[in-house]
Amino acid sequence: MNAGSFVLNILILGVPFSVALLLAGLGETINQRAGIFNLGCEGIMAMGAFVAFLPPFFLAGTPWAANANLIGIALAMGVGALMGMLFALVVVTFRAPQGIAGIGLQMLGWGTAGTLFRHYVGGVTGVPGIQAVPIPGLSKIPVLGNVLFNHNPMVYIAFLLVPVFWYILFKTPWGLKVRAVGTYPRAADSLGIRVSRVRYQALALGGAMAGLAGAYLSLAQAKMFADDLIAGRGFIAVALVYFGRWNPIGIMGGALLFSLAQSLQLSIQVAGIKFPYEFAVMLPYVLVIVVLALVRKARMVGPTELGKPFDREQRI
Amino acid sequence: MNKSGKLAYNTSVVIVAIAAAMGIGAIVFAMVGADIVKAYMVILTEPLKDMIGITEIIVRAIPLSLIALGIAIAFRSGILNIGAEGQMLMGILASSATAIAFASLPKPILVPLSILAGAAGGALWGGIAGVLKARLGVNEILSTVMLNYIAAQFYTFLLRGPMMDPEELVTGSGTPQTVRMPKSAWLDRLLPGTRLHAGVYIAIGLAIVVFFLLWRTTAGFRMRAAGAEAKAARYSGVKVQRYLVIAMLLSGAFAGIAGSVEVLGVHRRAIEGISGGYGFTGIVVALFGGLHPAGIIPASMFFGLLLLGADMTQRLADVPANMVLVLQGAIILAIVSARQFMNNPYVQDKVARAFSRWFGRPEPPAPPGSIEACPDPSDTPDPCLADDPEALAAAEDAASKGKAPEEASR
Repeated sequence: MNAGSFVLNILILGVPFSVALLLAGLGETINQRAGIFNLGCEGIMAMGAFVAFLPPFFLAGTPWAANANLIGIALAMGVGALMGMLFALVVVTFRAPQGIAGIGLQMLGWGTAGTLFRHYVGGVTGVPGIQAVPIPGLSKIPVLGNVLFNHNPMVYIAFLLVPVFWYILFKTPWGLKVRAVGTYPRAADSLGIRVSRVRYQALALGGAMAGLAGAYLSLAQAKMFADDLIAGRGFIAVALVYFGRWNPIGIMGGALLFSLAQSLQLSIQVAGIKFPYEFAVMLPYVLVIVVLALVRKARMVGPTELGKPFDREQRI
Repeated sequence: MNKSGKLAYNTSVVIVAIAAAMGIGAIVFAMVGADIVKAYMVILTEPLKDMIGITEIIVRAIPLSLIALGIAIAFRSGILNIGAEGQMLMGILASSATAIAFASLPKPILVPLSILAGAAGGALWGGIAGVLKARLGVNEILSTVMLNYIAAQFYTFLLRGPMMDPEELVTGSGTPQTVRMPKSAWLDRLLPGTRLHAGVYIAIGLAIVVFFLLWRTTAGFRMRAAGAEAKAARYSGVKVQRYLVIAMLLSGAFAGIAGSVEVLGVHRRAIEGISGGYGFTGIVVALFGGLHPAGIIPASMFFGLLLLGADMTQRLADVPANMVLVLQGAIILAIVSARQFMNNPYVQDKVARAFSRWFGRPEPPAPPGSIEACPDPSDTPDPCLADDPEALAAAEDAASKGKAPEEASR
């Protein structure tokens, strides 16, 4: 295998790998902009991946099978939103510390998905999943066509969501409210913005996005479900938000960087380069730590009230 | 808050948390079509039916309590250590490598040496996260989670490569495990026919050490001060960053000891899946035990029961053992919510009053003019603000009967 096709392979694999991180990262950006540090992302993704897997699995062979993937995605987003609201109940209404509560949500989601999976499905089973749809014309461009325009529809949608989220966050009244409650909730409160309500909405949206990211993993990327399908992607998505400086465009850059690390690792294995497999798998996780260590100054541009519960009745 | 109030508060947190967690658990049981009552009965009583079950609970409680003690040190110092799982694996590696390398040493030297090596391995892994947090402001939750994944890969690498039992290569079965520990490194079994081992003394001893460290030494006070209010601690001269690193080193060391004790006492060779989620359950144990050694020991027994019971439900009630993760997650969410919700002084006051009403022991009358004497200023007449001596006397009278003044005035 020559160097050119090796690099090309990394790029072709890397783009679809980035989607789960990108979707979850976009949702987490909204959460963190609203001042909530949602570590439960991982658990929501696990539940999303599981419920999205169910319709294609059970509806196979029925007239509904054609729409099973869509039903799965809708279910995943719904369950994700519900779990986001559950997290909101804990950290917004009860004002619990967000770090540890997030770990609780992660265990709850991961455990519930695993329990239900073992009971209703049993072993690892594949589903047809979402197939690639080359964009006519554009996919014929040499090199670029295969890298960018020969994927399943969710890849295109995910990248189209980046400008959408940027617009929502920076150009709409709701986005302004989200940024206000994450930066100076007291001022927002005095202007009549309901801090708790905005945070609930932000967490529901973030949860739906994490559910969608899980659905992508089980329907489009792996085309199956397993207990450890998520493998820390939810936590990486949280780290990405720091890396991307709470900006959807930065998140996209970060997601691509991490997915390239992952596809590099896979390519090394496929190419049969003599290198311990385990160290290759470590690569993305090491990268997270390195990146977090390098971007510490990013805190300057982020939401200043991140992780702090807001109590209307508290005097300053 | 007085002492009985504090007890009432902690008890109600635990009760509310258990109730909420069992509620969430019941929903999941219902979803898998299990008999909810039977499933809970199996989890909570089946392991207690024979001696083997009881000792197995303790066998699980030993690593859990050690990990939870370490996590309590970290949490009290204001740093959330989610990385016990990885620290435990590094402890297992360091401990078993030492035991195998120095197999010829006599037992009284080799066992402590091996456990210390385990502590060092865990401390190294925890210390990385501590230094990253103190020096570079890296979020410790994210870094410890990532270090868990890295440690898991490193562990597999060593077990499949450099540390693999040479016999596995000869027989060709290729099971990823080390050679059996030399007998001189084994922790003694205490009861014949069971797996209960001498690690139980280590766990209890270290629980006492942690209590003295955190509540009876200056270093412990500084760590708790840094955790309770970092800014205030810094102004009073506590080097908060340094204590963060120390707390993470200690926390990692405890997880490493847990791994070491587990491998020397139970498995006697490093195998895959040895940590079995203890690192995560340890977090729940620490929170459930109120981040205090006196709570952690019983909490670790309770979760030992839960882990064993969950294994049994798989057989007896057809509920997958992953169920225990659901319960753990629900317990964490319920505990942190209940703690924060009841931290509200008004709720606390109500709970304390209800508690003393149910269990006798009337509350001592609040001194007039103190904040306790006027629980809700909107109620009239207000004994604190009124200059009327009659109202004041009536309020005091009511308070001495163990009733809230606002109830007496109605």
